[in-house]
Amino acid sequence: MTLSTDLRSAITHVMDHHGGPRAAMLESLRMIQQAHGWVCDAHLEEAADILGVSNAEMEDIATFYSLIFRQPVGERLILMCDGASCYLNGGEDVRDAVMARLGIGFGQTTPDGKYTLINICCVGGCDHAPAAVIGRDRKLVGPLTADLIDEILGEAAK
Amino acid sequence: MTEHKPLTGRARPDRRPHSLDEWRKLGGYAAVERGLKTLSPEQVLDMVDDANLNGRGGAGFPAAKKWRFMPKSGQSPGDGPSYFIVNGDEMEPGAFKDRVLLEAVPHQLVEGAILSAYATHSSEIIVLIRDAYRDAIANVTRAIAEAEAAGYLGRNVRGSGFDVKMWVHPSAGRYIVGEETALIEALEGKRAVPRKRPPFPAQSGLWGRPTTVNNVETVSCVSHIVANGAQWFRALSCTEEGGTKVFGVSGRVNRPGIFEAPMGTPAGELIEQAGGVSGTGVLRCFQPGGGASGFLGPDALDVPLDFGHVAKAGSMFGTGTMIVLDQSACPLAVIARHMAFYARESCGWCTPCRDGLPWVAQIMFRLERGEGRMEDLDVLRETVAIAGPRGRTFCDLMGGAMAPLGTGLARFGDLFEAHVREGCCPIARQYGRTAA
Repeated sequence: MTLSTDLRSAITHVMDHHGGPRAAMLESLRMIQQAHGWVCDAHLEEAADILGVSNAEMEDIATFYSLIFRQPVGERLILMCDGASCYLNGGEDVRDAVMARLGIGFGQTTPDGKYTLINICCVGGCDHAPAAVIGRDRKLVGPLTADLIDEILGEAAK
Repeated sequence: MTEHKPLTGRARPDRRPHSLDEWRKLGGYAAVERGLKTLSPEQVLDMVDDANLNGRGGAGFPAAKKWRFMPKSGQSPGDGPSYFIVNGDEMEPGAFKDRVLLEAVPHQLVEGAILSAYATHSSEIIVLIRDAYRDAIANVTRAIAEAEAAGYLGRNVRGSGFDVKMWVHPSAGRYIVGEETALIEALEGKRAVPRKRPPFPAQSGLWGRPTTVNNVETVSCVSHIVANGAQWFRALSCTEEGGTKVFGVSGRVNRPGIFEAPMGTPAGELIEQAGGVSGTGVLRCFQPGGGASGFLGPDALDVPLDFGHVAKAGSMFGTGTMIVLDQSACPLAVIARHMAFYARESCGWCTPCRDGLPWVAQIMFRLERGEGRMEDLDVLRETVAIAGPRGRTFCDLMGGAMAPLGTGLARFGDLFEAHVREGCCPIARQYGRTAA
């Protein structure tokens, strides 16, 4: 469970070019997560070591920012918007349908490790409400309907 | 078209961004060349001042006034750069205007940022963009690389003698990061807890250096002001506040979307552009500027939407992205969702916010379910009185959250009481829970 040479040098690069070790902490966590899906203890400690900050300082950041994951997440992330415009367009019905389909609530991962469901601040897709962003590339999807949910889940199952 | 919609007129419908060459063919970067070579930083600042450009992030503070707090080159205390930061942490409920500017016209932002940095004597530009806007992060990053390769960023920009570098800082969640001092904390690798002011960022900002933070839309206006002049910019508006505004209309409307229109365009006109009110087709109320703006009623449809007029009407222009409720939408339910949102997004530093908002959210959901008590309304009113605008917290998160609650209580007091008296939501009983 060690970071790749590429990741290690990317972390060093951010530290050297974008404001030093502290400023590079969040970006390091983001890069680790982009490569591995989440941030495990070993990776967090290794990044702290490269940057010369303590593990506790690294953890401080990792646990504040809600989209840094400190536990494994599914292959497919579904980040559902809980903004008012989505609510006004039936977002909670869609939410309930997705939860019933997957058998999980917000912050949970299906037992097969396929999906993780998270609620998120207004995703800036109010013109597509009810909206969600899915996957590691945070693709905006909406207006969500039962059919679209089938499509999203089907796509992820491939 | 681009003359009347300077900010979005050149955006492609599919939001595919322009390459640097394409952008230059559309007139891009001419203002940067001209500004840096023929105008002094003070002249650029004066133009923005004359243009009456108010900050588009929510507070509406005049951009030039903010910039004037920045020390001139060679006059800042100690060693190190001054920073110009672009705030792309758009997360306000109902706000989706910066997304299009970041995704579709990133070169416009780069141009504006270069000129803003020049006017504020800043040599480093950081664009913070929220995690969910991955296309925006990619497109702005690419635009910066192209601009750098063409000599618009870096040392001695296009032979002007001005040095500036620029990069993107992708964020990782949390609404509070969008608060300007919390954003500075985030960039320093800390938890995004707002700072106490004074000192203001222009005195002591990022790493203790002079710093200006401006919203994406504000910065996107700057190259147009330099290219076409302050008077042209002021003339775009219907009111004394300059420019166009990238409005958003969503909620219960038939064609929700982004509409660039003159500053001061009335809400009624924008709702019409959005295909009119959906659901019952009859407007109950609207929030003119996102989740933290107070409710206005059908009587306010003619109010010119700018910072001054909306404030006079008893709300806040905020992000200029309105949320529309028709007769079948219950304002209490919307307030409850807003309260849950702000409660979750509190950074946790100030007690009234950390402990007060979850309490308020609980009461709101209780009322919505028809399980509320009349005393609950007193608690809500007290909370608004204690923590409302200019409240007792470091930042405006809780004060902002109190705006929909306070105006909701004032405007829909009968409806709050009816929820308690009838033991259910009278609107849901009449129309069904999610009638749309």
